[in-house]
Amino acid sequence: MKPKLLPFVLLFVKGSFAQNEDTLNIAVVDKPIKEKVTAPFKSSRVIMSHSIQMLKPGVLDFLILHRFGNVNRGLYEFFGLDQATFRLAFDYGITKDLTIGIGRSSYKKELDGFLKYRIIQQSTGQNASPFSLVVVGGMTVNTLKFADPTRKNYFSSRLGYYGQVLAGRKFSEAFSLQLMPTIVHQNLVTTSKDPNDLFAAGIGGRIKLSKRISLNADYYYVVNKNEELENFHNPLSIGFDIETGGHVFQLHFTNAIGMNERVFLTETINNWGDGDIQFGFNISRAFQIKKKAPIP
Amino acid sequence: MFGFTSLLLLFTTIVQSQDKYFTKNAKIEFFSVAPLEDIEAKNKTASALLDIKTGSLQFSVLMQGFEFDKALMQEHFNENYVESEKFPKAEFKGSIINNAEINYRKSGTYTANVKGTMTLHGITKDLETTATIKVNDDNLKAESIFNLLLSDYNIKRPAVVKDKVSNTIKVTVDAKLDPLKN
Repeated sequence: MKPKLLPFVLLFVKGSFAQNEDTLNIAVVDKPIKEKVTAPFKSSRVIMSHSIQMLKPGVLDFLILHRFGNVNRGLYEFFGLDQATFRLAFDYGITKDLTIGIGRSSYKKELDGFLKYRIIQQSTGQNASPFSLVVVGGMTVNTLKFADPTRKNYFSSRLGYYGQVLAGRKFSEAFSLQLMPTIVHQNLVTTSKDPNDLFAAGIGGRIKLSKRISLNADYYYVVNKNEELENFHNPLSIGFDIETGGHVFQLHFTNAIGMNERVFLTETINNWGDGDIQFGFNISRAFQIKKKAPIP
Repeated sequence: MFGFTSLLLLFTTIVQSQDKYFTKNAKIEFFSVAPLEDIEAKNKTASALLDIKTGSLQFSVLMQGFEFDKALMQEHFNENYVESEKFPKAEFKGSIINNAEINYRKSGTYTANVKGTMTLHGITKDLETTATIKVNDDNLKAESIFNLLLSDYNIKRPAVVKDKVSNTIKVTVDAKLDPLKN
């Protein structure tokens, strides 16, 4: 309700007294002026990327992410299903705007952890914000044995970092879109031509097909990739979210290698054009660990 | 003449404030028993208005104001079941049909037969129930329990959660109404 309208509504309410009519219009004035826009995505991931959807406070999200091998390997490899890599992760909502998470991927035996903070939540009404703004900072630790144990190896060589800004908007009940400028820093890179700091521009979104099913996609354009690396490709994932109450199932196809930002932005060598895509699924199971504070 | 008009207005105001009872903090709870998990939610910000002269009674509640123990359940309630963005409010409009039997000037507990229409999820249905009205010195307490069927209001339960969500929802209303002051 815009402030200009208020006297008018009050007048109307006053008028209704005389006519002994719908006096409950007072209640309409009492409606919260600023309303948060909720549930832009079903899950805290678009597919491979973080989404602007935050976990609720006290919710523990157990994530099992699977990627199979390339589907174009034919029947012998059962279209890739014979090879599977996975990432197990726990995310936890500390407050409605702060989520932390840890995970471990079988690929490169890599650990990762992140902090995700929502600075602005999209809202409607007075002083509304047309979009949500979320920042993500993460760190990865490769725990493979060093390739060359004879030389001096540093623990810091195992580390990688990523930082991300998610700016997104739920345009309608069915359609949400987010932009994801991202930086990845690796302390140790494969060759001198590989940049230590990699910049990528990402975009992700969803279209709801029904109340519980949505079509999702996310894509990154890597800006300063190593030009000599001919087989590097930009990661693209397309899939469906299926929500069944406490679970969200994400079935998808992707060319991305790995399941954290450091890997899929630096090591994706598969190409959609060649059919080097993998089938994958993510399962998210939310547990309410902490009960909500009783309403006063 | 002006003085008389003012007096008349004043008089009207007094009558109005005695006739109408209002609250913005009525409590509405619902409860559903299901084999897998019970579903329970509370809303403490419902508005209610009772005109004791005519017996006309109204309730209005914002669906987003229902709070669940499980945050995810709350989100799904709003997103998948009642579609709060499309249908932000539930309303009851009706009247106490035996209003004459209730003496609002005398403290005591009375049974009210309430009849009206319930609008929920964009669908309006007739609703008839009984309520207990407790008349106190300076306020009224109204309590009622009734059942709603999700199917009546076109609130769909998908096959996968049919055994999680019961079709019958028990609604409990608990309102303390104060005289409406202008």
